[in-house]
Amino acid sequence: MEDMKGIILEYVIEEYADDEDDEITFDTPLISGGIVDSFSMVSLKRFLETKYKISIPDDKATPEAFDTVNKIVVLVKEFL
Amino acid sequence: MSNIESYEKRLKDFDWSIAEKELDYNKGDSINIGWYCSDRICKQGKADKKALIWEGLGGIEKTYTFNDVRLRSNTIASFLKNLGIKTEDRVCLFMDKIPELYMGFLGILKLGAIAQPLFSAFGDESLHVRLDNAQTTAIITQRKHVSKVRKILDQMPYLKHIIIVDYEGKNPLREREVAFNMDDAIQVENFEISQTKAESPSVLHYTSGTTGQPKGVKHVHYSLISQYLTTKWVLDLQDDDIYWCTADPGWVTGTSYGIIGPWSLGITQCVLDTGFSAESWYKFIQKRKITVWYSAPTAIRSLMKAGENIIKEHDLSSLRHLASVGEPLNAEAVIWSEKVFGKAFLDTYWQTETGSMMLTNYPGMKIKPGSMGKPFPGITASILDTKTFEPINEIGKPGLIGFKPGWPAMMRTYWRNEETYQKKFENGWYLPGDRAYIDNEGYYWFIGRDDDVINTGGHLVSPFEVESALLEHEAVAESAVVAKPDDVNMEVVKAFVTLKPGNEASDELELKIMNFIRKKLSPLAMPQEIEYMDTLPKTRSGKIMRRLLHAKEWGEEIGDISTLEDD
Repeated sequence: MEDMKGIILEYVIEEYADDEDDEITFDTPLISGGIVDSFSMVSLKRFLETKYKISIPDDKATPEAFDTVNKIVVLVKEFL
Repeated sequence: MSNIESYEKRLKDFDWSIAEKELDYNKGDSINIGWYCSDRICKQGKADKKALIWEGLGGIEKTYTFNDVRLRSNTIASFLKNLGIKTEDRVCLFMDKIPELYMGFLGILKLGAIAQPLFSAFGDESLHVRLDNAQTTAIITQRKHVSKVRKILDQMPYLKHIIIVDYEGKNPLREREVAFNMDDAIQVENFEISQTKAESPSVLHYTSGTTGQPKGVKHVHYSLISQYLTTKWVLDLQDDDIYWCTADPGWVTGTSYGIIGPWSLGITQCVLDTGFSAESWYKFIQKRKITVWYSAPTAIRSLMKAGENIIKEHDLSSLRHLASVGEPLNAEAVIWSEKVFGKAFLDTYWQTETGSMMLTNYPGMKIKPGSMGKPFPGITASILDTKTFEPINEIGKPGLIGFKPGWPAMMRTYWRNEETYQKKFENGWYLPGDRAYIDNEGYYWFIGRDDDVINTGGHLVSPFEVESALLEHEAVAESAVVAKPDDVNMEVVKAFVTLKPGNEASDELELKIMNFIRKKLSPLAMPQEIEYMDTLPKTRSGKIMRRLLHAKEWGEEIGDISTLEDD
């Protein structure tokens, strides 16, 4: 679980963080915080599906469910 | 009573001089949008009225009066002047929706320079082609976006100044960089505003076409006339309104109706600079008591998906007037908004090139859900035959939308591309590139684009630009890009690729290619799906048949395939 959180957080920082000075944590709002926009959410979803060999239905891939790393982990676990 | 009172009556006695008179403008006078949106409002006794209520990440709030807007735009104009920026130099605004973007826009115009707003999510390549075309002299940006500028700096000898508005002194400034803190700077009380004339260039917005590089749409200060009047009559802004335009000023809605329209009328507007979520949007409306809301179909459909329960948890009773722009607003969304908000979103149709609303629905006029509405008074519109470009008089017969040139906000040319500009006209009509028909009551109904440009979430994406960027990926041999239908965004980008020898199709590679495009161009341009193919369908002359791939995605008839290479 901790490992999964770390991997997802690292991916988010590497792929989506613009400002090197901004600290992104497990609870940082990603979608409502403007770090990951709605179009980029598709690539984040694809990353999770590829990495964890799961399929997340579109109706579950909501901005709310993707809003923090902690929430994403809950979502991924639902489909493992 | 709405500002327009009666659409039919306005049609009869319309003349653009109505707006000129209200703005105290006489032909030949100087006209400067920066002055009209700040100094003039202060002179009208509204200096202490709130102009901007801004909310950013982490609940940070800032409020500016019209006098604050006047002073800050003066200060920015003065700062740019001291850097050596001259009349008609292009100054790019490359920022999130922060207050500096709004004040900076007016400051650039006050100086007589040309504002070039660009969407801050653009990647370095998208940024470079647009700065290169405009030969931009200075860029105003934030720390978080400056790395994209640094990456392409060597290729831009014309870019003399990179102005960072939130420099904190952590890392040293680099070549050509300068810090500017708008709120902390000594405010300039008096700035000699450039005496720009009606035809003086004001704004350069970039838009994508099917082929070639993005085009810089040149607007002039006289655009104010139609932006002012359409805001007043269609958005119906009245003195005590609290207005929210959700568009980013990186796109034309965000400047025409997110800055110029409301502020030339002296209206208080709110800006929410956070990402989208139904919860945060409804909370914002409730907290700010928004009365007039101008948004986009993509956002409205996303709100529909979030359901009705969340609406019941908020007090949205302040809302009195709603409008939509960016792509056709489907009938279901209109009906839904009437049901849940008690008001229908009124669809408005226009584009970067038109500068202001062209076909629209009006307060008090019967709404036909799904229709684009009727031409704004003073706009001569028609549906044209696709071959002769003559008006079609038959009710319900599809054709090309055409507008008679001459309204104030019409683009004046494509920057350094007059040839392409001229191609936008046929038989005396300006062609926006969309197909529609007119019903028996004169309402226009959208059918589709007349080219391959992808409209995703109200933003145009050039398939050519994405295809070219795809070819820069080390694994991609050939590429074709088309629109794919999407419930929320109307269309999204889909790519078909063949791979170079030694590369294997995989989900991991697809993700790598997606991220490659996202960073290089923008999240909007990122293919939401990539399909690997052994070969792409081509004509005998070797041209990729996008048409066939498009038809496949939309479940349409393929049509004539006699020229296919493998036929």
